[in-house]
Amino acid sequence: MENASLRLTSLTRRFDTNTAVDRVTLEIPQGQFVGVIGRSGAGKSTLLRLVNRLIDPSAGQIHHGDTDVTALKGRALRQWRRDCAMIFQQFNLVDRLDVLTNVLVGRLAERGFLASMAMNFTDEERTLAIQALDRLDMAPKALQRAGTLSGGQQQRVAIARALVQQPRIMLADEPIASLDPGNATRVMEALRSINAEDGLTVLVNLHTLDTARAYCERIIAMREGRVMFDGTARQLTDDVVRDIYGSEGLAEFNEAVTSTTVTRNPALTPA
Amino acid sequence: MSDVAELTAYPPVSGPSAISVFEREFAAKRKAARINWALGTAVFLAIFAITAWLGDFFKVTQVTLPDGSRDWRWIIPAGIPRLGEYIEKTLPVLRWESLGADLAEWFWRWKIWLRLLVETILIAFMATTLGVIGGFILSFPASRNLAPNRWVLWICRRYLEIARTVPELVWALIFVFCFSVGPLAGVMAVGLHATGALGKLYSEVNENIDMRPLEGVKAAGGTWFDQIRYGAVPQVLPNIISYTLLRFEINVRSSSIIGYVGAGGLGQEFRTAMSFQEYTDLSALFVIIFLTVVVIDFGSEKLRHRIIGLEDRA
Repeated sequence: MENASLRLTSLTRRFDTNTAVDRVTLEIPQGQFVGVIGRSGAGKSTLLRLVNRLIDPSAGQIHHGDTDVTALKGRALRQWRRDCAMIFQQFNLVDRLDVLTNVLVGRLAERGFLASMAMNFTDEERTLAIQALDRLDMAPKALQRAGTLSGGQQQRVAIARALVQQPRIMLADEPIASLDPGNATRVMEALRSINAEDGLTVLVNLHTLDTARAYCERIIAMREGRVMFDGTARQLTDDVVRDIYGSEGLAEFNEAVTSTTVTRNPALTPA
Repeated sequence: MSDVAELTAYPPVSGPSAISVFEREFAAKRKAARINWALGTAVFLAIFAITAWLGDFFKVTQVTLPDGSRDWRWIIPAGIPRLGEYIEKTLPVLRWESLGADLAEWFWRWKIWLRLLVETILIAFMATTLGVIGGFILSFPASRNLAPNRWVLWICRRYLEIARTVPELVWALIFVFCFSVGPLAGVMAVGLHATGALGKLYSEVNENIDMRPLEGVKAAGGTWFDQIRYGAVPQVLPNIISYTLLRFEINVRSSSIIGYVGAGGLGQEFRTAMSFQEYTDLSALFVIIFLTVVVIDFGSEKLRHRIIGLEDRA
């Protein structure tokens, strides 16, 4: 289990007539920082949801080490979701609960029915939650309602929630798409430190190429549900990018236009 | 891609021909709307006329005129004066010089009425409590977006429908048969009806919630119950409190009438007064219920607005 890799074998998901994810086969070793890129509707989100089992595949398998993830049910499935934490574009926090309780939601897989219905958590769990918040500089906001925080702060709370799950894998579905450049950088840096310090596999959907290039050791590009490219940032040439985004007719494909990072962009830096 | 290439596309996407297509379609749409409106109005008027006729609104009845002769009259103008007669009978005789004594005579059974009033409010309170528990628990499986599967949804919805479709008075009749005369039957009757009504209202609130927090809980390994407890309940709580107070007001009114069939509360006094033709008792009872309802409505409205206000500020 310690160094188990995540293997997807011709994973397919169909919605009515449309195939969102089409025979995706991948192997991701433990501890890799992987970016998934592709235009809207390419199947990036569906792929992540399949891994976390928020949706079930139409065909194909997911394995983590010796575990057949696609066959999990009930308690085992919930424990898989705990091991494979997910953060979302819209944060998916409970606005009307305080930040601390939102983070403690990450412990629910361990709780019995009555303790969980009574919102009864142990001191150890609260310690864990406040440490996770502190790591993301959010401890001072612990007793505030989640709905009163800014988008960037909410996303950091969501990362803290994911951390207290003590997962092996961290999935992030467009985590910075609704954030301003400053907050986007903080969130990406947090993911990088989680990857480096805790050895978690990070699988992140991104719609900005430069972010993917800056943070991901491996980039997977999808188009119409298929994996079109799988390699390092250096291997992702302009020709490949044009192919992925289908930008026919655009004379020049400018990465800076979609960028959300603060620096790193020569096009935006005044000469 | 040139502009010419776009203009030759069918249907045209720009230029004069595109606008004339729009004008044609717009005219057709307006014509269809006018026809539908006229048809709808005609059907509505026809149904209204038929139901009025079936309901004896156009009935002609024989009345006795002041001079003793009999004549045929339309029933509505003939009946309205009798409403005045009835109200006049229920009015007590109140003289300024002996006001205290007159009031004492009007409310001559005040000790019994006061006890029954307290009983009425207690029935409403207990019934609301039972209704909130039942309605709250059932509202989640009865919501289209939250039900774990179609069967649970179907069963919960039908149960709530039956509970609220049968009027309190009918439930009261059934429960008086089961549990004999007294407030227990009243609590069960009003509570069961309130379960159905509240369950429906709550489940409509549930169907409008944001599903993303629930997805967040699910993705963290939470069960269905965890998703409801952490994702849904905090979102719906203010609405639930508001609807509950509203239902308490309604239940006070209901529990003041179910005594008519023996299910406790002030209603039994209505029956006694009517059968003994004690018309002034009826007006006294009406005054008591009216004042109670006004006080409770006022208090619960203040409370509701306070809760809503707190919500906005937080």
